Amino acid sequence: MSNLAFDVAHLLAGGLVLASFILLYQDRLSGLIHVFALHACLLALSVGWQAWVQQSPHLYLTAVIALAFKAIVIPVSLLRIMRRLGIHRSIDIIGGVGTTMLLGIGLVALSMVVMLRATEFADPLAREDLAFALSVVLLGMLMMVTRRNAVSQVIGFMSLENGLILAAAGAKGMPLVVEISVTFSIVIAFIVIGIFLFRIREHFDTVDVQAIDDLRGERRE
Amino acid sequence: MKAEVAILSGIVALFGVAILSVLLPSKRASAQVYVLCLVICAAMFGIATVRLLDPAAYEPLVLPLGLPGVGALFHIDSLSAFFLLVINLGGALASLYGIGYGAHEHEPKRVLPFYAAFLAGMNLVIIAEDAYGFLIGWEFMSLSSWAMVISSHHEAENRRAGFVYISMASFGALTLLIAFGLLANAGGGVGFAALRAGAADTQIASIVLGLVTIGAGSKAGLAPLHVWLPLAHPAAPSHVSGLMSGVMTKVAVYAFIRFAFDLLGAPAPWWSMLIIALSGATAIIGVLQATIESDLKRLLAYSTVENIGVVFVGLGLALAFKANNVPWAAALAFSAALFHVLNHSLFKSLLFFGAGAVLVGSGERNIEKLGGLIHRMPQTAIFMLGGCMAISALPPLNGFASEWLMFQAILVSPVLPQWGLKLLIPAVGAALALSAALCAAAFIRAYGIAFLGRPRSPQAANSNEVDRWSLASMAILLALCLFAGVLPGPVLDALSPVARAMVGGKIPIQSSIDWLSVVPIDEGRSSYNGLLVFTFIALSALLSKQIIHRFASHATRRSPAWDCGFPNAAPDGQYTASSFAQPLRRVFGRQAFAAQETVDMPAPGDMRPASLRIVMRDRIWDALYEPVATVVNRIADQLNRVHYLTIRGYLSLVFAALVGLLFTVAIWA
Repeated sequence: MSNLAFDVAHLLAGGLVLASFILLYQDRLSGLIHVFALHACLLALSVGWQAWVQQSPHLYLTAVIALAFKAIVIPVSLLRIMRRLGIHRSIDIIGGVGTTMLLGIGLVALSMVVMLRATEFADPLAREDLAFALSVVLLGMLMMVTRRNAVSQVIGFMSLENGLILAAAGAKGMPLVVEISVTFSIVIAFIVIGIFLFRIREHFDTVDVQAIDDLRGERRE
Repeated sequence: MKAEVAILSGIVALFGVAILSVLLPSKRASAQVYVLCLVICAAMFGIATVRLLDPAAYEPLVLPLGLPGVGALFHIDSLSAFFLLVINLGGALASLYGIGYGAHEHEPKRVLPFYAAFLAGMNLVIIAEDAYGFLIGWEFMSLSSWAMVISSHHEAENRRAGFVYISMASFGALTLLIAFGLLANAGGGVGFAALRAGAADTQIASIVLGLVTIGAGSKAGLAPLHVWLPLAHPAAPSHVSGLMSGVMTKVAVYAFIRFAFDLLGAPAPWWSMLIIALSGATAIIGVLQATIESDLKRLLAYSTVENIGVVFVGLGLALAFKANNVPWAAALAFSAALFHVLNHSLFKSLLFFGAGAVLVGSGERNIEKLGGLIHRMPQTAIFMLGGCMAISALPPLNGFASEWLMFQAILVSPVLPQWGLKLLIPAVGAALALSAALCAAAFIRAYGIAFLGRPRSPQAANSNEVDRWSLASMAILLALCLFAGVLPGPVLDALSPVARAMVGGKIPIQSSIDWLSVVPIDEGRSSYNGLLVFTFIALSALLSKQIIHRFASHATRRSPAWDCGFPNAAPDGQYTASSFAQPLRRVFGRQAFAAQETVDMPAPGDMRPASLRIVMRDRIWDALYEPVATVVNRIADQLNRVHYLTIRGYLSLVFAALVGLLFTVAIWA
């Protein structure tokens, strides 16, 4: 039983990292949102599995929140925003997919080395979870750094949050308050970023953040 | 115990005055604040004097302030009592001077709160018995004096002075902080008792001495860290300049003594070589700059650098003698240094107050534009003459007494076993003799150009005598200078417990010696009787006056000024300050100031006037400070780019930092 529990948790968390990689190279915005929905679904499954393994019912609540907000509400509203802005067909420019993927692999390796060494005496289930969670966080950051479109940056940020929730779910005895507050922070971040998107669009006719840098008239990268 | 409480209440009262000065209505605030400061400082001066003459047992006052769980320690030993006396005497007289001088201030509220806080900070440094209180007081002192330096911030020169000063002060405080940290780490506490235990390791003690020489030296004006003094001291209002030059530098001397003679325990012989060589160079550098300077207040600041050099020579000698177990000689050198500390605080305050009076009376600081003030400001002229004589070490004034003692200490240096010191000390002695002579030249020049001759500008011609408060303050200072010069015995007796506590030896008790002479070693070797010299000078002067008036004429004759045989009615034909300094500039100019004179002589038939241009540079500034400034500017330019990154750029920075840290963790294990 415990072996199976471990394997399934491993599989789901690994799937999450894989989804992060897909996010990393997906340049079509609508595709990106679909992959993000998949990412969130995997997170919900993973957290749900943890709830079952750890016998802690409040984690189910976390899983449901993740599923409802991140897999359904946010992607749907993002898609609607994009339709209203008329950018659902646009493509984000990613410089050098190969390099980015190689960097991503390096980051995953780094997080494995760090985490597996740091949590030597922890529960193996939590260990794997934490290592994958750190990978997801780092990949999310890498995505934010490599993208130019504000929407992709939002998605990168959200996937980073997913990594945090995965880490929180893996650690035993995490109180519900923490998860609820994390969820709230995501919702607020979403609202803020949504408003931000509209404002950018209003001013610059585009959600490419390069336009803001151009407007500032400072040096470009 | 009582004295500590009294001084602490004085400090609290001064801080109260600082707050009060903001609340008082602008018009009358100035006089009221200075009167309050005068009263508080006078009271603290009294307490300090009592404690110096009657030292108490070690019984520190512990207050639940400062670091949580540790508390703040306060104690006044004989060393603290002496410096409290110097500070509060200077503070009281500066306040008395300020009652009159402050009325000329355009924006008094830029000075008043900081003035009181400055006095409080200096007192706090002295009575603190732990690193914490010491550093807090030190910073209060630095920051409030900085605020007064930039009080007239409209002038770019003052802003630059403030910048240089705050940089040097922060640097000095940092080195002191590290010094305390090293000792506290080794000794396991911030109280002075724990710090003494921390100095048991010779290596740590040596590093701490180096740090303190930099930290205290930068505050006192030890070369090459003296560059801020001639910028900052003149920028402040004159009574504050007097306090900064005469008193604040003494707080730095206190810090050095506290470390080198008390906290660090038994000194190593090579420490003294470092100090003596550095301070000898300081004296020469300071006085050379003073001889060519034309700004009266800057000249005084440079002369402060010289006097700090003299004081530190004494302290270095005391260290050398202490390290070699010659306590009587150590006590002699140490007493001479402390006596000079007191004397310098008296005559430097007097001279700065005089410079302030000249500034108020004529509106000029540049001596090239003054002249003939002795007729327009007769009382100030007398006081300034006294101050100039004292600082030039002319008997019977106090400057001579302390410098004479200093040379007595230099003359016993052959008892030292180290050849390095045997060779170094006579060389530094010669340097001190040279600097004393140059100092006299500098002050003859300053006094002669500013007060004698004919006015060189309409401002000088229309100058007026200053108010009575200022004159009273200067009169008291001159009287004290005369007292300490004529009767140095009682002063040296009062310093005796300090020397015993710090170097373990003592000089002969002066009150037991006949005819009020001063005997530094024993009666067979050398002695000085200030009273005798004074009486002789006074009697011979009176006698010659009587004889002249009896046998020659009673009438005062006025005749045209002698002008080297060229009768010229214009005041421009007089000696100028720079022509007076020209021989010295010729001798030392190339080496010391990189001076270049270019004569522009028009060809025959050309009608334009000939001109002489002199370009001088401060070599220390060029060699030490310019490179630092260049490097800092270059780094700042590079960092400036970080202010203009894109959002992605900032994200990448955070990301790179995170990955870098994770990478370090991964490699570390």
